[in-house]
Amino acid sequence: MNRRDFLKCLGAGTATVSAATLVGCGPRRNPSGGEAVSAVEHLSEGQMTYRTHPLKGDRVSLLGFGMMRLPFKGSDKSGKNSNEIDQEQVNELVDYAFAHGVNYFDTSPAYCKGFSERATGIALSRYPRDKYFIATKLSNFSPATWSREASIAMYHNSLKELQTDYVDYLLLHAVGIGQGMQEYEDRYVKNGVLDFLLQEREAGRIRNLGFSYHGDIRVFDYLLSRHDEYKWDFVQIQLNYLDWKYASKNDGNTNAEYLYGELERRGIPAIVMEPLLGGRLSNVPDRIVARLKQREPERSVASWAFRFAGSFPGVLTVLSGMTRMEHLKDNLLTYCPLKPLTDDEFHFLQETATEMMKFNTIPCNQCNYCMPCPYGLDIPAILSHYNKCLNEGNLPVTSENADYRRARRAFLVGYDRSVPKLRQASHCIGCNQCSPHCPQGINIPKELHRIDAYVEQLKQGTL
Amino acid sequence: MLRKIRGVLAVLFFLGVTGLFLDFTGTCHAWLGWMAKVQFLPALLALNVGIVVLLVVLTLLVGRVYCSVICPMGVMQDIISWISGRRKKHRYRFSYSPERKALRYGVLALFLVALAAGVGSFVALLAPYSSYGRIASNLFAPVWQWGNNLLARYSEQVGSYDFAATEVWIRSLPTFVIAVLTLVGVGVLAWRGGRTYCNTLCPVGTVLGFLSRFSLFRMTIDKAKCNRCGLCSRQCKAACIDGREHRIDYSRCVACMDCIDTCRHGAIGFRLHRRQPAAATENPAPVPEKPAPTTEKPASAAGQPVDASRRTFLTATVLTAATAAVQAQKKKVDGGLAVIEDKKIPERTTPIVPPGAQGLRHMARHCTACQLCVSVCPNGVLRPSTRLETLMQPESSYERGYCRPECTRCSEVCPAGAIRKISVADKSSIQIGHAVWVKENCVPLTDGVKCGNCARHCPVGAIQMVPSDPGVEGSVQIPVVNTERCIGCGACENLCPARPFSAIYVEGHERHSML
Repeated sequence: MNRRDFLKCLGAGTATVSAATLVGCGPRRNPSGGEAVSAVEHLSEGQMTYRTHPLKGDRVSLLGFGMMRLPFKGSDKSGKNSNEIDQEQVNELVDYAFAHGVNYFDTSPAYCKGFSERATGIALSRYPRDKYFIATKLSNFSPATWSREASIAMYHNSLKELQTDYVDYLLLHAVGIGQGMQEYEDRYVKNGVLDFLLQEREAGRIRNLGFSYHGDIRVFDYLLSRHDEYKWDFVQIQLNYLDWKYASKNDGNTNAEYLYGELERRGIPAIVMEPLLGGRLSNVPDRIVARLKQREPERSVASWAFRFAGSFPGVLTVLSGMTRMEHLKDNLLTYCPLKPLTDDEFHFLQETATEMMKFNTIPCNQCNYCMPCPYGLDIPAILSHYNKCLNEGNLPVTSENADYRRARRAFLVGYDRSVPKLRQASHCIGCNQCSPHCPQGINIPKELHRIDAYVEQLKQGTL
Repeated sequence: MLRKIRGVLAVLFFLGVTGLFLDFTGTCHAWLGWMAKVQFLPALLALNVGIVVLLVVLTLLVGRVYCSVICPMGVMQDIISWISGRRKKHRYRFSYSPERKALRYGVLALFLVALAAGVGSFVALLAPYSSYGRIASNLFAPVWQWGNNLLARYSEQVGSYDFAATEVWIRSLPTFVIAVLTLVGVGVLAWRGGRTYCNTLCPVGTVLGFLSRFSLFRMTIDKAKCNRCGLCSRQCKAACIDGREHRIDYSRCVACMDCIDTCRHGAIGFRLHRRQPAAATENPAPVPEKPAPTTEKPASAAGQPVDASRRTFLTATVLTAATAAVQAQKKKVDGGLAVIEDKKIPERTTPIVPPGAQGLRHMARHCTACQLCVSVCPNGVLRPSTRLETLMQPESSYERGYCRPECTRCSEVCPAGAIRKISVADKSSIQIGHAVWVKENCVPLTDGVKCGNCARHCPVGAIQMVPSDPGVEGSVQIPVVNTERCIGCGACENLCPARPFSAIYVEGHERHSML
């Protein structure tokens, strides 16, 4: 128990004099039965569910901290208008996570405008190196970094930023996106980078070597077919109750059911990314909120997604990019300890996914891989505004809709609020430099032009 | 009683007209648009015979009620003068002064010559309603908009869509400066001498003053009751009552009725005029107690030459700022926003005026530069011209937005008939200019990427994309403009990704045509 919790318990204890001094800290749930946030006040340490790596024996916390959505300084926190990570906030988040048993931290040279590794290094270096696992990646966003020399420089820079001389988990970043096989070959094989990494593993400076996959399934299948040779220590996949059976509805993505099955068959531990789809499984249409809440009124909508991802035994850890303390607390509540899904609940979530697919939400998870758009558009903000209006019922289909005028105003006024005029969809020229970077395989220009045409209809009143 | 009625009506008119300039949403105009349309000079320029006749008859009937009720410039001076009079010992601060005929009719003559010659900028400088319009749209509207933006921010916080933020910007520095000078000049005159501007410089005041000499109802002094105390003279903001001589200069009396209430003996009344044997209406009375405050020409053309240098200065600043900021925006990491350079206004050989204006000459002839259209333009297209011959009259440019197909606002509000009313259907068939392609800037050629944003957004389908090299199949596509179909709305120019100068821009047409 750290000082913070102690003081909280003390406060609670003295407030409710009748209770025995510290008993209040024992039960996980708030006796008054409040929402997750209030229940979390009584989150106790030492309850985290751990998974053990079948080959290396690493004891990894089921909740892994994704360092991709760290808070920036300034009002909006998203870092759009700021170039400085709020290190103090990051340290607080890491401290709290650490205190509650989180020991896996996943970063990349590309995350948070390239500031993530340094912030992670600063936060983690305050703890003994053997108490946590670091995952970082050999990223691939700029062809300028694809040469052997640049790749090795990137790897060494990661070690420097992370203030360590070895990496616990190193990933080939997002194989399968862009040009698929071609890009994989160019990025990792032809230049001998993969061989270099295998040597580093041999030398012990990379404890586990794996890859994260999005997009072209041929790359995934190919890499697994070479498993005997490469001996992948783990593979990172996108897994959640929507993508379990519906990922293939997006062009160029693969159902998690298949991905996980392939890994399980080979006994390769899976690391889960996008368990919450960048918040899309938390910020869901009202109908879905009601459906989930009805079943578990005291738990958050997001907790369902985390229970889903964590319930598979072959999953080593579930990554969550936590920007705010509330995210962290809610996730901890779900995994301290994990209450695995029953068969009934599993089917319930599959039905929920079917329900959700009826909404034509654009599968953008706000990962920002597409950014910066060279022509200044704020792609994630545009897509997120569209999804928000969809969820809130502010997307009139025709002007005959009873609610047309109000919904129209909400869409247009909200659009100008969320996205400055010069960064709106009307400025998309369709150069398509963004789409190859999208892990979800969204045809971004197509979606932006569709949204723009819709906005024109709303503005001109021709819907 | 009459004075109170006048006061209430004046305040209503003043608030209404001011509202027209403040209300950027355009809802006010549906109800109060007529308040701008009954203004004398705009009605005259719009050849709105009905209104002009009505105003002439009104003046012949009851004198210059127009000046003290309908004209917002007049009412604004009354307000300033009233505040000035609230100071201690300033209640009775006026005194009779003789008419300055030479100045009045001289200015009027100049004004008429300018009007006939089509020198819109000079006309606009003197016209009272447009002067007030410039003050309201340049000085009052920003305050109103900031207030709105504050509410918008609050409503965003509580998740309401009732208020939307609007952009506050100085549309033209010369016009802004002229508005400030007008306000200061007229304000000082009103503070010190009441209606000095109306009775010396204002051409409308002179015309109506001439008519009001013959008005049916007018102020009359009952010589039997009058004890020549002179209180009425000292309360008359038009300085037109010579109380000692029992004479009133009806050409300057604005029928404000203040004197009626001032007279303690009930000697002054607003009565039907009967021709008296010794009609002493127009005897020059050379007994000025105090010379009237010297009249300054409020809005000199001092603001004009500023423009060119300002533009270059701004351009230079923007350029340096942008080059400093646009460092290698190569994609190495994720997140962040590319810096967007501001668009610059291209050199247009022919200016663009909005659809409904019929052409440059029609606009120059009819526009009083009141800024009403500029105030309501929701797309940041209209702004006062900075060219000398059309100074302050509206002009279109597309670096902030474009003339959207569903919008006909400026044509709805124009009181002077400079922008005639058009329908939404007309909007897409009036050709106000045509697009010109600038090869050097075109992004497919400079950046080697697919674009076509101009073609995608052309509301009339006047732009097609064709291969840049006819010989090579699949070469990058460039836009071609069918100038027969192009209406000059500027969608292509505004949405062109090339910055700071667009690769496609609009040249205006001297005369608009219907397609």
